[in-house]
Amino acid sequence: MADGNDSGNGRTTLGERLSGVGERIRASEAWESIFRPGSPFRKGYSDSPRNRSYVVMNNVLYHLHPVKVKRHGVRLSYTLCLGGLSFFLFILLTITGIFLMFYYRPAAPEAYIDIAALSTDVAFGQLVRNLHRWGAHLMVITVFLHMTRVFYHGAYKPPREFNWVVGVVLLFLTLLLSFTGYLLPWDQLALWAVTVGTNMGGYTPVFGDQVSFVLLGGIQVGGPTLLRFYVLHVLALPFIIVIFMAVHFWRVRKDGGISGPL
Amino acid sequence: MAEIPEHLLRRSAEAKAKTLGVPVEQIMAELGGESVPAAAPAAAAAAPTAPAAAPPPATPTIPEGVRTQRMLTVVKAKAIQGAKRKPTDKVNVWPHLLAIEFVALLVVMGLLIVFSVYQDAPLLELANPNEQPNPSKAPWYFLGLQELLSYFDPQVAGVLIPGLGLAGLALIPYVDRTRSIRPTDRKFAIMMFTFFVVASAILTIIGSFYRGPGFNFTFPWRDGIFFDL
Repeated sequence: MADGNDSGNGRTTLGERLSGVGERIRASEAWESIFRPGSPFRKGYSDSPRNRSYVVMNNVLYHLHPVKVKRHGVRLSYTLCLGGLSFFLFILLTITGIFLMFYYRPAAPEAYIDIAALSTDVAFGQLVRNLHRWGAHLMVITVFLHMTRVFYHGAYKPPREFNWVVGVVLLFLTLLLSFTGYLLPWDQLALWAVTVGTNMGGYTPVFGDQVSFVLLGGIQVGGPTLLRFYVLHVLALPFIIVIFMAVHFWRVRKDGGISGPL
Repeated sequence: MAEIPEHLLRRSAEAKAKTLGVPVEQIMAELGGESVPAAAPAAAAAAPTAPAAAPPPATPTIPEGVRTQRMLTVVKAKAIQGAKRKPTDKVNVWPHLLAIEFVALLVVMGLLIVFSVYQDAPLLELANPNEQPNPSKAPWYFLGLQELLSYFDPQVAGVLIPGLGLAGLALIPYVDRTRSIRPTDRKFAIMMFTFFVVASAILTIIGSFYRGPGFNFTFPWRDGIFFDL
């Protein structure tokens, strides 16, 4: 097979051999089993309406979008990409968060020691922690701005009422994620910010003390609170928010895509 | 001339007879007379007994200029092709939307990296439950609520207002029943929403920058900023 594409002098050059390997890989059953028919990775991309559709249809991430959207919806000034950027920030926070988990122990003094060591002992540790923190603050802002954008476009009106409710839940979960993460560095800022925040939960009428106790794992913010907030922050809340995000994105499509034009 | 199938003729004649109130045979005879003058009596007579008794010739000779169609029924245009949705002006997601999203992603990522390189996340000294810093502030997005705490009873500011606020936010689409999305039709809704957004923004800014030790009023340009992200 290697001698199949001989050049003029009867010898195959290295370049021909290499391109032959590429072609054979692309023609193999394994390659075709990975990339669906029409994928640019099979035959290459040439611009045609058909291929434009295939780009969206043959990629699991792009498939969040329909093949076509209303023309006014792609104008940057209409959405400012706020919903998409919130989702992007969530992915960024997941990736940087997993990185941080490798160097972090959710125990009372160790957490602080680990975070302090992160900035000096770990390659890019400080940068990743900065990205995680600033990205989290930015996500709270983009989610909030996304909500105001949706309100001013009247995009919560039928048939999109329920998706607005899902969005409010997502905003609440975003705040909870940010708040539980706030405690994890276990410095004075974290401890007292969370103490002030959770004190409000204690004012719940009738069963305020019970709410406070469940939230803190004790009567004040301490080691058990740190472990509790850690599990909420890295596992429980992301699990819940991903479910709500899936419903949110799905309903955007099912309710007819982008709203408007105004 | 092409033969009209017997059962169609019959059905048409029955319908016509029913509306005019005359016997079917009379109509059949008229119909037959109109369409196939030569074979009219034969067709009318053979109708009930043998539809396929006289098979037409294999290639019937149609004279030039003779119309062989016949209107059987009138279907109103909206009955089958009435479009429910108006066609909308649409563009392909690739490349138009995906390109914009990708650039937006790169810009935000770039800004975030640049900011993270030059601005470190805060890390104060180890948490100490016995030493409360003054002032103690909640994370910035709760500072509006903390600001409210200095005006109202804790049960009102800490539980009632955020609870009602969140519930009211979720219930907006069920309260605002105006179907129009044009801003001129939604002045009241926009006014209310803007009022609450601006109010919470002002409270958050006051709580963040204008509150100092003991959560008392300060001016950031005079006493410095008591605010950590």
